[in-house]
Amino acid sequence: MSDCVNNSRRDFISKVALAGTVTLAPGLLLHTAQAKPDDQAVSSKTRWGILIDTNKCGKGCTSCVDACNEEFALIGSMPNSADTQKTQYIRKVTLKEKTTGHEQSLPLLCQHCENPPCVDVCPTGASFKRADGIVLVDKHICIGCRYCMMACPYKARSFVHEEIVNQTLAAPRGKGTVESCTMCVHRVDKDRNPACVEACNADNHNAMIFGDMNDPESALSVELKNNGGKQIRADLGLNTGVRYQGI
Amino acid sequence: MTRSFLQLTIFCGMFLLMLSGKALAETPFPKIHEPEGEGVKCVQPEDEIRRNHMKYILHQRDKTVHEGIRTERYSLAKCIDCHVQPDENGKIVDHTSDEHFCNACHQYAAVQIDCFECHADRPQKFIKRSTDKQALNQQMQDMLAKKTSDGSNE
Repeated sequence: MSDCVNNSRRDFISKVALAGTVTLAPGLLLHTAQAKPDDQAVSSKTRWGILIDTNKCGKGCTSCVDACNEEFALIGSMPNSADTQKTQYIRKVTLKEKTTGHEQSLPLLCQHCENPPCVDVCPTGASFKRADGIVLVDKHICIGCRYCMMACPYKARSFVHEEIVNQTLAAPRGKGTVESCTMCVHRVDKDRNPACVEACNADNHNAMIFGDMNDPESALSVELKNNGGKQIRADLGLNTGVRYQGI
Repeated sequence: MTRSFLQLTIFCGMFLLMLSGKALAETPFPKIHEPEGEGVKCVQPEDEIRRNHMKYILHQRDKTVHEGIRTERYSLAKCIDCHVQPDENGKIVDHTSDEHFCNACHQYAAVQIDCFECHADRPQKFIKRSTDKQALNQQMQDMLAKKTSDGSNE
């Protein structure tokens, strides 16, 4: 719920804060991601992220998409909507280089930006970023204006057009609100991997790594440090939490 | 003597009042299914939870959504887990039914609940998902029809 976006100002403030922390208590910065007790609030010491290796991502494989649809009970939940209107938290995208004909397939989901445009445009504060970097919609506050859908450069959000019945416990969904990938926040809070990552690993594709970007020892950070990971539309300066290799 | 006579009069008066009240009332006071199991108690005394359950749930809601605090004590899911159970015939009702734990009182008190527009109204194990378009459409239509006939969604 920032009033304005001024990244250089934000950077300056965070650097000053960081310098203060280092001087006062350097030990505070050393931490490892551990299972959070249920009664403890999430903190900004953690920043959850996903790294996707597009070379390992199987063409035509939809394990992650299927797992997501299953987890949130998305399939068939809006029987009267057009296919383009139906909710998709994660979708497979094929990239083709015209000159060489080289094709790549990758899953595209909410990129969980550090500076999310959806949060900046939300008039009610429903669209928000949790302390640990997960971008969510508080559907209790969402009025369904869909500004966030227009602001999102990744087309990651969907609108619920119909009454929903038989929701799952993990996924409260209802007509008139916007929704998107939650990075399976209900699982993450219980120290489990998101459904898409779990499904990808279960299929032995191992194209997705979930972890804490702030923890230099997490598998995600180590892989990012050694082999790098690109942001889609890095030019927008959003600092996404979902990174890609091989694009 | 006078005192006991007075007590008797008051008692009779109250009894008559209750009778007439019962006869006049169009909506009977809802039957509430007690959670099963010996020594099972609600998270707060009955009077308190009846009056203030919405405050507990609202507080927990914001804590959960924004801060990731997932304690069960005041979570809506936990209320549903204990209080919405199948009857002796194994039948479980949805939130539009007069027999649903929440809806029974809310209809009586004429207070509309919005929780179940999004949230599960039954414990997870009793939710049967179908991806069949016709079946889903039918369910949706049924729910809408019930809501409209109750006037609860208008």
